Amino acid sequence: MDTMRDRFAPVVSRLLDEDPRVAVVLAAIGTDSFAAAARRHPDRVINVGIREQLLIGAGAGLALTGLRPVLHTFASFLVERPFEQVKLDLGHQDVGAVLVSAAASFDWPAGGYTHMAPGDVALLDTLDGWTVHVPGHPDEAETLLRHAVAADDDKVYVRLSAQANARALPVDGQRTHTVREGRRGVVVAVGPMLDAVLAATEGLDVTVLYAATVRPFDAAALRRAAEGAAADVVLVEPYLAGTSTAAANDALADVPHRVLGLGVGRRELRRYGTLSEHVSAHGLDPRSLRERITGFLTGGRVAAHG
Amino acid sequence: MTTTTEERRTYGYADLPRLMGLMTGDEKHGPAATSTLDVLWVLYDRVLRVGPRSARDPGRDRFLLSKGHGPMAYYAVLAAKGFVPVDLLPGFGSYDSPLGHHPDRVLVPGAEIGSGSLGHGLPIGVGTALGLRAQGLDEPRVWVLVGDAELDEGSNHEAIAFAGPAGLDRLHTVVVDNASATHARPGGIAARFEAAGWSTATVDGRDHAALYEALTAAHPGRPRVVVARVEPKYS
Repeated sequence: MDTMRDRFAPVVSRLLDEDPRVAVVLAAIGTDSFAAAARRHPDRVINVGIREQLLIGAGAGLALTGLRPVLHTFASFLVERPFEQVKLDLGHQDVGAVLVSAAASFDWPAGGYTHMAPGDVALLDTLDGWTVHVPGHPDEAETLLRHAVAADDDKVYVRLSAQANARALPVDGQRTHTVREGRRGVVVAVGPMLDAVLAATEGLDVTVLYAATVRPFDAAALRRAAEGAAADVVLVEPYLAGTSTAAANDALADVPHRVLGLGVGRRELRRYGTLSEHVSAHGLDPRSLRERITGFLTGGRVAAHG
Repeated sequence: MTTTTEERRTYGYADLPRLMGLMTGDEKHGPAATSTLDVLWVLYDRVLRVGPRSARDPGRDRFLLSKGHGPMAYYAVLAAKGFVPVDLLPGFGSYDSPLGHHPDRVLVPGAEIGSGSLGHGLPIGVGTALGLRAQGLDEPRVWVLVGDAELDEGSNHEAIAFAGPAGLDRLHTVVVDNASATHARPGGIAARFEAAGWSTATVDGRDHAALYEALTAAHPGRPRVVVARVEPKYS
């Protein structure tokens, strides 16, 4: 199967052909895949080199002239390194952009911690007005990229990952899906975590929700699910554990509830290896998830990971 | 912005100290009180093709004040040129005023960017020049004013290094040099830009004729920097 990242350049290249407002800024990552588009649109496919502050700043300048910039590099260099540019050049200047990241939390484990960004969504949560898409399948990535570029002058983050579910769901860029219904609790799977969550909850009497768009958080969907089931909520996110715990708490502020936030641990593992080894190390494989979900729902203590 | 003839009076360079005094309560502002005053005046009075009526025109020249500290001279010039009503100046820095100690483009008529955190204007200026080029807008020019100490921020050097080889000849930088940088070397500013392929000039930042000449000289195929030297901040 191709990856989300494989879809990025073809989709955005078509958007460059269709919409004269679209411009792409790269920082030496992903330039080969845009070579053909760059020949067709030399002024709207820009590679600034390994200069991530300029990546965001130049994107803001493009937006100030009325264009719709799509900015791309690895998550660690797109959100973390130039974070003040994200905060000021986009937010404070009151202009929009589409930030499309690759490498996610640990897509390249052999590359080590320098290329891991489990905190990207949590960082964006400190800012106002960001839409955050976390597709779980290449087809969803394609749909959400189109949504992101078409979203007027909104600030949109699209988090592409090598982790993916076997099948795509029909995502709409807003709503959370109900995948399974039950009475004992609600498990929210975010993006690529869905397959592991479905395996982990096989035979359990729980509702499983699927979110490929986490900001704004679909509070209404969680409230509805919590009305039909016990208001015991487990969030399973492919980035920093607990990133959406506050959003879930806010959604259920006026009803008694419990929330368990599962995801990538804070502690630096200092390990290389493979994706599946890192998934397991953070307790995000089906067996660990099942143990922690059932432990939480039955009221027992939950082993902390990471 | 609507401008009525009865409220429009003409302000000149000589009025700027009084306009600045409305913000600071100090009537004795000489030009030396603010390093950027003369550069700003020459730009808005004689160089920039933008006014209150064309402040949203896609074909206007863009002036980006990157050095957002001490913006009284900027507000005074914007007021003198009719962008900002003069009666807003006394509210400078107050809760209900659009005029803060660092400018906010959302609040200040005529301000192209908000600034205050140093090192953001030049990368945004690069993007603005790229965006105009991508839309076939070849006429408008982009000016970014930075301070010499502001160039200590590394983000500027990402922009400087890119703009030269990219041939962004609509992009201009004015460095107001009051020798306030830390670890600076004499001549280092122009040399840095020149090494990246920029057209450079270094002039007396109080000499209006010299500034005008440097700001309007042709520089085909290359971005342009004008280093405007003023009195040292610490002397």
